[in-house]
Order: sequence, then structure tokens, then C-alpha cells
Amino acid sequence: MRFVRHHLLTGYAVLVLVYLFLPISVVVAFSFNNPKGRFNYTWQGFTFKNWTDPFGYPGIEGALKVSIELALLSSLAATALGTLVALALVRYRFKGSATTNLLIFIPMTTPEVVMGASLLTLFVNWRIPQGFGTILIAHILFNISYVVVTVRARLVGFDRHLEEAAMDLGANELVTFTKVTLPLIMPGILAAGLLAFALSIDDFVITYFNAGATVTFPLFVWGAARVATPPQINVIGTAIFIIAVTGMLTNILVQNLRSRKGAVPA
Amino acid sequence: MLHRRKGAIPYLLLAPGMAWLAVFFLVPMWYLGKMSLSQGLFPIFSFGWAWANFHDAITSYGVQFERSGEYAGIATIIALVGSYPLAYWIAFRGGRWKNLFLLLVIAPFFVTYLIRTLAWETILADNGVVVRTLQHLHILGSNGRLLATSAAVIAGITYNFLPFMVLPLYVSLEQIDHRLIEAAEDLYASRPRAFYRVTLPLSLPGVFAGVLLTFIPAAGDFINAQLLGTPQQYMIGNIIQSEFLSVRDYPTAAALSFVLMAAILAIVLVFARILGTERLTVAA
Repeated sequence: MRFVRHHLLTGYAVLVLVYLFLPISVVVAFSFNNPKGRFNYTWQGFTFKNWTDPFGYPGIEGALKVSIELALLSSLAATALGTLVALALVRYRFKGSATTNLLIFIPMTTPEVVMGASLLTLFVNWRIPQGFGTILIAHILFNISYVVVTVRARLVGFDRHLEEAAMDLGANELVTFTKVTLPLIMPGILAAGLLAFALSIDDFVITYFNAGATVTFPLFVWGAARVATPPQINVIGTAIFIIAVTGMLTNILVQNLRSRKGAVPA
Repeated sequence: MLHRRKGAIPYLLLAPGMAWLAVFFLVPMWYLGKMSLSQGLFPIFSFGWAWANFHDAITSYGVQFERSGEYAGIATIIALVGSYPLAYWIAFRGGRWKNLFLLLVIAPFFVTYLIRTLAWETILADNGVVVRTLQHLHILGSNGRLLATSAAVIAGITYNFLPFMVLPLYVSLEQIDHRLIEAAEDLYASRPRAFYRVTLPLSLPGVFAGVLLTFIPAAGDFINAQLLGTPQQYMIGNIIQSEFLSVRDYPTAAALSFVLMAAILAIVLVFARILGTERLTVAA
């Protein structure tokens, strides 16, 4: 009986994973499709030509470039700003920390349409023309909270004795921070940066409200979906997926190998 | 002297990030509030305590509000019931490969949201394998459809926000001290009883966090209804989006945004009272 139950749960877990990957397999499969018309909805035949010519549809290359630029800039800025906030929240007791926590938390509980709409109202009121700059402002905004939460989680488990040891050995505050604190919380900062990058490159709703004439990759997909769905969309989608998953997989495998050797406790 | 410098440090660290949040989150909310009480036609709106905007918004779009709550609620419940066993399996049976399984759960969401949803459109399409199989089995009528139904929209929402449920559930299940469960069993609790009396209560923070994190984006979503449904399935997000970007009736759209925000904030506050903000954000 226990055997059956054990495997029942495993079987269920496998089923859920299959369900999760079902649309992804469709995306990957249709990147090899050779559609007859403008829409890539039914299977017509196998081809590599979409993969050899991923930018073979007007506008797709520019859109992807804009998305990558936005993701790089917004994740860098948000990681810098958010890490400082996380340091303040974990390291110091100060007046207003509850309010700060609340202000970090509320944007994460605000529906994207509302956040996008409020920024639109701001830019209209201030007569700021919408475009790359306004998207960047928005992306930094929604990323900050996620960075704070991610870095803070890493800082909470931090052993402060290590810093005290450095200070006892004559290091000043700046040296202690750059030589001890920063390297130790670096994995948290990197994770936050990657999360911010992923959130930015995938964002549609907030971008849609504040893009003006600028087209990001998700906006391109949205616009394209009405008139045509070139298989190149699937190629780019698959490529982003493979890059992200390979990166994370490598990270996990390296960590697992290290912890097996006992070099670094997991 | 040193003490006073220390006193200023946290504020210096906070200043740039919090300034960004204040200028680009709080100030826009204030403008949105002002807009919701304004009158006029695009592009000229004038403020004038037009509370009627709220009354009109709720009476005109009450249906979509209810539908958003209903769809998001159903999707959240399905996501909770569906992903609890998965999170449990990873946390208790994952062993050394927990992180790998977790990656498998998150991986599909590295495919752009819109592309994922378009893929569901392909899967549920009228001449697709799924519909034809269901018609063959007489579960669907010969003209039965999956696309353009409430079920399709709810399924899309459930799928798209699933990681927001799985991750907090996993985090809270993973933190449970196994010795507590062993203790319960040593004290002659059956396995189901040990689960209901020990494991489940200890995982409740994850359940609350997951419900919140799934329900909020689900209630404000408009992409699933747009791509997998018809105007008959439109949610409040669709209305806000089109009122802002197509109709350009900013006051009505702003009022709708505020009502949505208020409804969600009310739910959040209830949850925050149960859990505390700190816990809620950490679980997030």
C-alpha cells in the first residue's frame, strides 16, 4: 500500500510536469513548421529554414534588440537600487522601516494593468513623450521590489561574525564590505539581477501602456498575432528558453557537484 | 560622531531606491486618483470631484468585475489543489535534485507569456487534436469548442500563474522540520492524521502567500481573455486596457483601476493581518 501511494504521488508529479511542458513543446515544434499562409497554427511540414533565418521577418530583430537593451539596463539599475535598500532593511534598525517594507511590498500586489495605467497617467500629466525612456523607467520600477526581496532573503542568513573577524584583523568598514560582505552576498545579487532581467524581457502589460512607438519583443508578438504569426517568433521564444534553462541547469549541476565534494556546504 | 553617522547610513542606502518608488509609483497613483475624479474628453480632462465616475464604472462594468473575481478565484483554487501535491513531492521526495525539479517547474515560464498563451490557442484550436479527440469521445458535441469558452480562459490563467503558487508552497513545505512529523507518527498518529495535524498547518503560510500571489495577477489579467476568449469572457483588465488605450476615456478607466486596486488591497490587508507583511514578502 505504501509502495502504491509513493508511486501515485510520483506519477502525479510527472503528469503535472508534462502538462507544464505541453505548450512549450508546441512552441518548439512549431519553430520547425513550414506554414503555408501567414498563420503558424497548423502543422504543414518540417523545415530548418526558420532557424537558419531567425530574423527573416521584418521588425523582429529590432524588437528583440530593444528588449535586450531594456532588460540589461533595467536589471542593472534595479539591482543596484534594490540591493542598497535590502542592505538598509536587514542591517539597520531605523525609524520608518515598516513604511519602507510596505512601499516595497505594495507594487508587487498591484495588478500590472493598474501600474501601467498609473504610469501612463503620470507621463501624460507631465507631458513626457512615451518611448524607450518611459519603458525603462517602468521596468526599473517593477523590478526594484523583486530585487529587494531576493537580496534580503540572502542577507538574512548572513553570518555577521565573518565581518567582525575582518574588522578585528584591522580591515576598515569599506574593505570589510568589498572583501567580505559583497562576495558573500554576490550569489543573491546575481540571482536578483537575473530575475529582474527575466521579468523585464517578458513584460508585456506595463510596457504596452507606456511604449509609445517603441516596439519590444512581446509587443511585436502581440502586434504580429493579429495579422500573422511568423514561425520566427517560435524560434526566438525557443532560443530565449534554451539559453535561460541551460544557464540555470549549469548553475544547479555545479552546485550539486560542489556539495557532493564537500567543498562548499549547500 | 560615529554614532550619528551610523544613524544616517540606512537613509542614504534607502534614498535612491525609495525615491524611485515614490516618484514612479506613489506620484502616478496620486495622478490616477485625480484622473478618476476628473471629467472631460481626451486629451483635456479637468479635475472636479466627479464621484459619479465610480458609480458609472461599477454599474457599467459590474459584470466584468464579478467575472474577474470568479475566473481568478476558480483558477487560484485549481492551482492550489493541483500544485500542492507537486510542491510536496519536490520538498519531501526531491532529495538532492530538489533544485532541478524546481527548475523544471519554472522552466516553461521562460518562454514569453504571449507565446505560451498563443501555444495554448494552438492546442485548443477548433481543428486541433484535443478538440477532435473530445468530440470523438462525445465529451464535446460535434460543433463543440474549447476556444472562446470560459473554461479556456480559466485554464489559461491557471497555467500562466502556476509558478506563483508552486514556489511559496514549496518554500513553506521545505522548511518543515521532518522530526515533527516523525514525532507525530511515533505518538501513533496515522500518516493521514500526521499530515492533517502537522504538515498541512505548518505549510499554511505558503498556502496563503500562494493564493495571494496567484489571485492578484489573475484578477487583473487581460491577455488570456483576449487570446483564448471572446468579449463574452472579457475581464476587468480588458475593459481598463481598452478604456485607456482605445476609447481613451481616462476618468472611467482610472476609476475602474482604483476599484480593482481597492478590492485587491482589501484582500491583501486581510492576509497581512493573518501573516504579517514581513512574512508575506519573504514568502513572495
